[in-house]
Amino acid sequence: MSNRLLPFYATLLIAVVAYGLCVMQFPNMFSTRVLGNLLTDNAFLGIAAVGMTFVIISGGIDLSVGSVIAFTGVLIAVLVGWYGFHPLVAFAIALLLSTLFGAGMGAIIHYLDVPAFIVTLAGMFLARGLSFVITTDSIPIGHEFYSTIQSLYWRMPGGGRLTVIGGLMLVVFLGGIVLAHFTRFGSYVYALGGNRQSAELMGVPVARTTVLIYALSGFLSGLAGVVFSIYTSAGYPLSAVGVELDTIAAVVIGGTLLTGGTGYVAGTLVGVAIQGIIQTYIVFDGTLSSWWTKIVVGILLFAFIALQRVLVLVSSRKAGALAPA
Amino acid sequence: MSTGEALVSAEKIIKSFLGLRVLDGVDFSVRPGEIHALLGENGAGKSTLIKILTGVHQPDGGTIRLRGTPVTVRDTGHAQELGVGTVYQEVNLLPNLSVAENLFIGRQPMRWGLVHRSEMEKRAKALLAQYDIDIDVSADLGRFSVAVQQLVAIARAVDLSGSVLILDEPTASLDRAEVETLFAILRRLRDRGMGIVFITHFLDQVYALCDRITVLRNGKLVGTREAAELPQVELVSMMLGRALAEATHGAEAERRSAPPSSGKRIEFSHYGRARSVAPFDLSIGAGEVVGVAGLLGSGRTETARLLFGLDAPDSGSLTIDGKPAKVLSPRAAVQLGFALCPEDRKTDGIVGDLSVRENIALALQARRGWLRRMPSREQAELADRFVKALDIRTSDIEKPVKFLSGGNQQKVVLARWLATNPRLLILDEPTRGIDVGAHAEIIALINRLCEEGLSLVVISSEIEEITAYSTRIRILRDREHRGELTGAEISPDNIMRAIAAQASASNEGASA
Amino acid sequence: MISLRRAAPQLIALAVILFLNWLAFPGFFNIRIQDGRLFGSVVDVFNRGAPVMILAIGMTMVIASRGVDLSVGAVMAMAGATAATMTVAGYPLVAVLAAALVVGLLCGLLNGILVAFLDLQPIVATLILMVAGRGIAQLVTEGFIVTFNEPGLIFFGTGSFLGIPMPVVIAAVLGVLAILLVRRTALGLLIEAVGVNRSASTYAGLNSRVLLLFVYTFSGFCAALAGIIATADIRGADANNAGLWLELDAILAVVIGGTSLLGGRFSILMSMLGAIIIQAMNTGILLSGFPPEYNLIVKAAVIIMILLAQSLSLAGAGAFFRPGAKAKPQEPLRSSDPSANKAQNPA
Repeated sequence: MSNRLLPFYATLLIAVVAYGLCVMQFPNMFSTRVLGNLLTDNAFLGIAAVGMTFVIISGGIDLSVGSVIAFTGVLIAVLVGWYGFHPLVAFAIALLLSTLFGAGMGAIIHYLDVPAFIVTLAGMFLARGLSFVITTDSIPIGHEFYSTIQSLYWRMPGGGRLTVIGGLMLVVFLGGIVLAHFTRFGSYVYALGGNRQSAELMGVPVARTTVLIYALSGFLSGLAGVVFSIYTSAGYPLSAVGVELDTIAAVVIGGTLLTGGTGYVAGTLVGVAIQGIIQTYIVFDGTLSSWWTKIVVGILLFAFIALQRVLVLVSSRKAGALAPA
Repeated sequence: MSTGEALVSAEKIIKSFLGLRVLDGVDFSVRPGEIHALLGENGAGKSTLIKILTGVHQPDGGTIRLRGTPVTVRDTGHAQELGVGTVYQEVNLLPNLSVAENLFIGRQPMRWGLVHRSEMEKRAKALLAQYDIDIDVSADLGRFSVAVQQLVAIARAVDLSGSVLILDEPTASLDRAEVETLFAILRRLRDRGMGIVFITHFLDQVYALCDRITVLRNGKLVGTREAAELPQVELVSMMLGRALAEATHGAEAERRSAPPSSGKRIEFSHYGRARSVAPFDLSIGAGEVVGVAGLLGSGRTETARLLFGLDAPDSGSLTIDGKPAKVLSPRAAVQLGFALCPEDRKTDGIVGDLSVRENIALALQARRGWLRRMPSREQAELADRFVKALDIRTSDIEKPVKFLSGGNQQKVVLARWLATNPRLLILDEPTRGIDVGAHAEIIALINRLCEEGLSLVVISSEIEEITAYSTRIRILRDREHRGELTGAEISPDNIMRAIAAQASASNEGASA
Repeated sequence: MISLRRAAPQLIALAVILFLNWLAFPGFFNIRIQDGRLFGSVVDVFNRGAPVMILAIGMTMVIASRGVDLSVGAVMAMAGATAATMTVAGYPLVAVLAAALVVGLLCGLLNGILVAFLDLQPIVATLILMVAGRGIAQLVTEGFIVTFNEPGLIFFGTGSFLGIPMPVVIAAVLGVLAILLVRRTALGLLIEAVGVNRSASTYAGLNSRVLLLFVYTFSGFCAALAGIIATADIRGADANNAGLWLELDAILAVVIGGTSLLGGRFSILMSMLGAIIIQAMNTGILLSGFPPEYNLIVKAAVIIMILLAQSLSLAGAGAFFRPGAKAKPQEPLRSSDPSANKAQNPA
C-alpha cells in the first residue's frame, strides 16, 4: 500500500470506528437525521477546510480563515440590514472582497518572500479589526430570502434533512476534489508543496499559483462566511474565533501533510466528519462538556503528526539506503 | 572549432559573482550525435556553465549560439523551448506527483476543460516504453528507485527539448546494472542525433561513454579533447592542474620522516560505514600530516565525517594512546580533542550573523559547557590573538563573520578549532575558494601546526599542495582507501598515477 | 547591553504613541499614589502589558533558535485553570504556584521534545498544544469560570510592591533574571549560534537538541507565570478567554523588538519594550474611545510595515518585486557555487 494513502485510510478507519462505537452506545445516531444535522452544522467549517487543504498541500498556512468568515458575515448583515441590498448582491460583494483579500496575501507571500504564517497572521488581525470597524454588535438578518433558503431542504430517506448549506458543502468538496486532481492548477499546487524549486525548474508558474491558492482560500472563507450568516441569520464580529485552528485540524486529521505535498480533499471531509461525530456524541451523551472535542482533536492531531513523521522517517531511511548522505 | 555544426555552443563565457570570477572566457560546444564529458573538480565552474547554458544565470560576457545563431536564454523554460533540457543529480522532479504528472505537468492533455488522466497515462506509458520502462505511471514517482526516477527525468527532458540533453552527475547514486541501462539509452539517443553533455566524476564512465572531453579548472578552460586520444593520467593532470613534465619539481622538498612518537597515536582500525567509505585503518602520530588525495566522490569527505563522528561507523574501533574511545557525535569528538574544518564553509562552518569574536570562541565555549561562559574580555583576547596569528583581515572582531572574504572566513573557522587546542585537526579542502595570498598562508600555517606537534589530516584536491606538506598520502578511489604513499614516493606524479590507476590494477598502482 | 542607537526606532515609536495618547487623553501622564500603590494610565500600560512582556521573554529565545511557540496562550489558560481550581480546592499557595508552573514546564518540555528530537517544524509541534491546551484547561475547570477569593493568589494580580503593581514587578524580575541567565552564561551565544546555523553549530560541538529543549521549556515556564498573573488579576480562571491571541502578541512583541523570525541575534529587553509598545497602542485606542478590537487593525498595519521594512533592507529597493529572488536561500547549499555569496548581501 502506498505510504501516501496510509494517513487517509487511518482517518477513514477512525471515522468509521468512532461512528460505530457511537451507534453502539446511542443507536439513534444511526440515522439520516443525524447525518443531515452533521452536514448543516459543519457546513461553514467544511467549506473553509477545502480552501485550507489547498493552502496546506502547497506548503503554506492561512490563519485568516476565521476572521474572514466573521468579516463577510458582518459585511453581509450590514449590506442587507442597513443598506437594503438583496442578499445575493451582498454575497457577490463579500465573495469578491474576500477573494481579493486572499489574493493580496498570496501576492505578499510570494513577492516579499515572507512566511505565510506571518502574512496571514496580519490578515487575521486586519479582517477581524475591519469587522469591528463596521460594527461591534451582533446584527440580525431578517431578509425573506434568508428564511426561504433556510426552509429549503431535500428530505433524505429516513427523514433527515439535507439543507441548502449542507448540500453546498458537499458541492464544494466535490469541486475541490475535481480541482485538486483534474486540473493543471491542482497539479501545480501539489508541485509547489512537493518542492518549490523543482516546480519552478519544471515550468510551474509559481507566482500565479501562489496568488491563486490564497485567493481560493479567501474565496472559500468568504463562502463559509456566507454559509455561516445563513446558518446563524446574523453577523457578529466575534464569531468564528479559532475556526482557523479547527480547519487546520480537520485538514491534518484528514491525512494532509502539514509540510505540504501530499493530501486529499476527500480526507478533509472525513476530518470534518470526525470533529462532527465527536460533537454529536457529546450532545447525545448530555453529561460531557463540549471541551472534550478540543482535547480529542488535539490527541488526534498529535497522533497523525506523529504517524506522518514516522512514515517520512521510514521512507527517507529507505531512500537513504540508495543515496549516501 | 566549427561552431557551424554545433547544436549549441558557448564562446568566451565570462561570469562573476560578487567580484569573484567563476568563469573566465570559457568555450564549450556540443555537436549532434556526440556525448561530451564536462569535467573538473568542485569549483571548477561546471555547474555555472550549465546554468548559463540553461538560462538560470545570465553570462557577463560571451555568446551562446544555437546552431550558429546567437541567442539569449531567458530562463529554464526558454532553454527547453530552444531544445536544451537538463537532468540534475538530485533528480529535480516531484516525488509526490505521479510518474505521468511529472512527465506532463503544465501540458497535460485536456478534455472538457479537465485533465484527461487516462489519456495522459496512456501517453506516459508510450513515452516510457521507448526507454523499455514498464511501470505503473499513475503511482507516485517517489515510490520508484532513483534509477527509474533518473530515467523518467531523462524521458521528460528529451520529450520536452529533443536536441541537447545535459546530465549533471546522473550516475552518482546508481548501481552498476542501472548505469549500464542508462548508458544504453544515452547511446541510443546519441545515435538519434542528440547532443549529450555528461558531467561525472567517474573517469571510467567517461571513457566508457563519451566521445569528447572538456576539462575546466578554476573557471578556465583547460582543453577539449577526443576521448580516444586522451590517456587517463593526462586527464587527471588536466583536472588537477599540473603538467606531467614538471612533475619532478615537488619531490626535492625534503620529506619529513614520521616521528615514531612513543605510543601517542590515534588509531582507527577497520573503520567504515556502508555506502559511505569501505573499512580502512588509519594511524596518526603527533606531528604527522596525512594528506588525503582522490577525486571528487572518492570518499574524501565521507572519511572526514566518519573521523569526526558526524556519521557513526558501522564497523571498526578507535584507540587513543592505546585506550579505546568512541566518537559518535561531533560533541564527543570535540571532547576528545578532535577538530574539523568542513569543506562547505557556508553551511557547516561559519555562523554568519555572529561576530568574528564569537565565531572563534564558539567551539571552546561549547567544550567548556554553557555554565562556564568565557567573559567577553577573554573572548576578545582569544580573537585578537588569532586575528594576529592567522592574519585574519577584518576591520574589527565585532564584525559579523559573513561580511569577511572567503579566505578570512576559512581562517576564522580554523582559529575556532585552534582555540580548542586540538590534538587531531581534520581539514577538508582548506584552500578551496580563497585567493592566492591566503592560500599560501594557510599552507604555511599547516606546516607550522605540524611542527608544533599537532596531528593533521588534510583532504585536498590540490596535488601540489598536499605534496608540499604531507608526511604520508592516502589514495582514495571509489569510496575505498586504496593505498598510501610515504617518504620519497610522495610526488605529484605518483599521486596522479595512483588516482588514475584502473580499478583492475588497484593496490599495486597505489603503492607504486 | 543594548546601545541606545540600536533601540532608537522602537523608542521613537513608543514616544510617538505615548504622545498621541497624551493628545487623546491629556491626563495620560498623571500618576497618583493611592493606598501605597501607583495609579495612572502610564502605570496601566506597564501593568496590562506585563503578561505579554513575560511571554515575550520566553518567546524571544524560542524565536532566536529559529522556532516559534504557538502554544503559550493555551498554556496560560492551563496554568491559570490549575491555579484557580487548586486554590478553590483549598491547597496552600505554594503548592498552587508550584503546580501551575510545573504544568507550564511540562507543556514546554513536550514542545521541546517534538521540535528537538522528533524534528517537527516548530509551528506544527506547538500547534498541537495550541488546539488541545484550551480543552485541557476546560477539563481542569470542568467548563466553569472558576472564581476564588484567596488574597495570596490575588496579590500576584492586583497587589503591589513598593508601590509598583505586582505584575510589573514579576515581569521586571523575570526579565532581569532571564537576561542574567543568557548573558552571564554562554546560553545566549549558543542559542544564537543554533538559530543562525544549526549545522555549523553541531559541527562546532554544540548540543543543539538540549538547547532547543531548554528554550521551549523556558517558554512554557514563562507562559505559566503569565497565566498565574492573568488568573490572579481577574480572580478567576476563564479557560476560553485567558491568554487568547496572546501568543500572537508575544510574537509581535519579539518582532517589534528587532529579533528576526529567522533566528539569531536576540534581545530580551527589546522584546519587552516591544510588548510595552503594543500595550501602549491598546491603551491609546481604549482612551480614544474606540472599541479595543480596533487595535487589531493597528497590529496588522504594524506587521505589514515591519515586513516591508525587512524586505526592503534585505533585498534593497528595486530588487523588491523580483520573483527570482525566491530561489536564492536554497542555493548556498551547493558548496562550491560562488553564487552562495549572494546570501551575504550587506544590509
